[in-house]
Amino acid sequence: MFNAPLFADPSTLAKGALAGLIFGFLLQRGGVTRYRVILGQFLLKDFTVLKIMLAAVVVGAVGIYGMLAMGLLEQTDLHIKPTVLLGNALGGVIFGVGMALLGYCPGTGVGAVADGSMHAIFGLLGMLVGAAALAEMQPWFKQHVLQTGDLGKVTLPSETGLSPWLFIGAIALLSVVGFSLLRRGKPGTEAGAETRTPALP
Amino acid sequence: MNNPLKKPRWSPYLVGSGIGVLSWITFAMMGEALGTSTTMVRAAGALEGAVDTGHVLSNPYFAHYLDGKPVFEWQFALVIGLFLGALVSAMLSGERFKETVPDLWAWRFGKSRAVRYTAAFVGGAVLLFGARLAGGCTSGHGISGGMQLAVSSWVFTATMFVSGIVTAFALFGMKGRSHV
Repeated sequence: MFNAPLFADPSTLAKGALAGLIFGFLLQRGGVTRYRVILGQFLLKDFTVLKIMLAAVVVGAVGIYGMLAMGLLEQTDLHIKPTVLLGNALGGVIFGVGMALLGYCPGTGVGAVADGSMHAIFGLLGMLVGAAALAEMQPWFKQHVLQTGDLGKVTLPSETGLSPWLFIGAIALLSVVGFSLLRRGKPGTEAGAETRTPALP
Repeated sequence: MNNPLKKPRWSPYLVGSGIGVLSWITFAMMGEALGTSTTMVRAAGALEGAVDTGHVLSNPYFAHYLDGKPVFEWQFALVIGLFLGALVSAMLSGERFKETVPDLWAWRFGKSRAVRYTAAFVGGAVLLFGARLAGGCTSGHGISGGMQLAVSSWVFTATMFVSGIVTAFALFGMKGRSHV
């Protein structure tokens, strides 16, 4: 379409589709394709979202930094997104407002439509408009916002000179302690663990 | 009924670990990291391009992702696969679910579908604008970037959570907590 074929080679597409199938299956089974689970997280009632994200981060990090240490992955195989502190932070703030309003993020929104959420369809349409709007305004942002705190493709270990395992260990430890304290504080109040579908109006 | 495929909810730790292991595979065997929001950029660019290809190619942001590159690449296939995977999971669980206006929303803003759909549309537009300003979303930054210990991703995830919490409490208040 744009000076190139419309489709990548079949093997690339098959790999992407396979990864997506597993990802979508897991997101739906985890309950995060549901509005009430996402809002339950932001209202600090149901911690399913954080549990899934932190488990994915810790397990993923062990594999990635383990494979790097064993030479199965090279530093060039990483996909570090560049740090521009103002852009990352401002984008995060804007994203949080939109996500609390919609009740899904892009991945869970796509899964939510498959899971039976009608309002998520309008969320996805909005995302296309948001993408188009950003594309129009990005040159301005690049000139005025995306210069502040431009550190390049840095990681916590590369910036601090500390071992990645220190960070992985700390994230794992804080997660285990945090979630155990939460469990002790209020047992059985997590909506994400609920198996029944709520009655609809 | 011990078939795990029919259990409607899996432990969040199991699901998260599964996503972590899936990431090992995408990094080591596909040369890719899980992400979704760039696909929205490609989809928006392709839709605009169907009307005016020149406009898309003259935009440096769209051109970066689309010029000389296929629209349907690895991540686009992933997003389509994600839809199908969630659909298969929902069907296997045997749980029928249809939601037009969520309970929490209806309690606070009423049962109007038009109001909810408008809010969802605006929310989607706002969040994707933010995602692309930050360089990723909950999957690309939050999960893939987080596990690589990228500074950008931890800044995004932290600010996103704080902002989401503040917005949710501004919208629904403390009383909203008893409606989720």
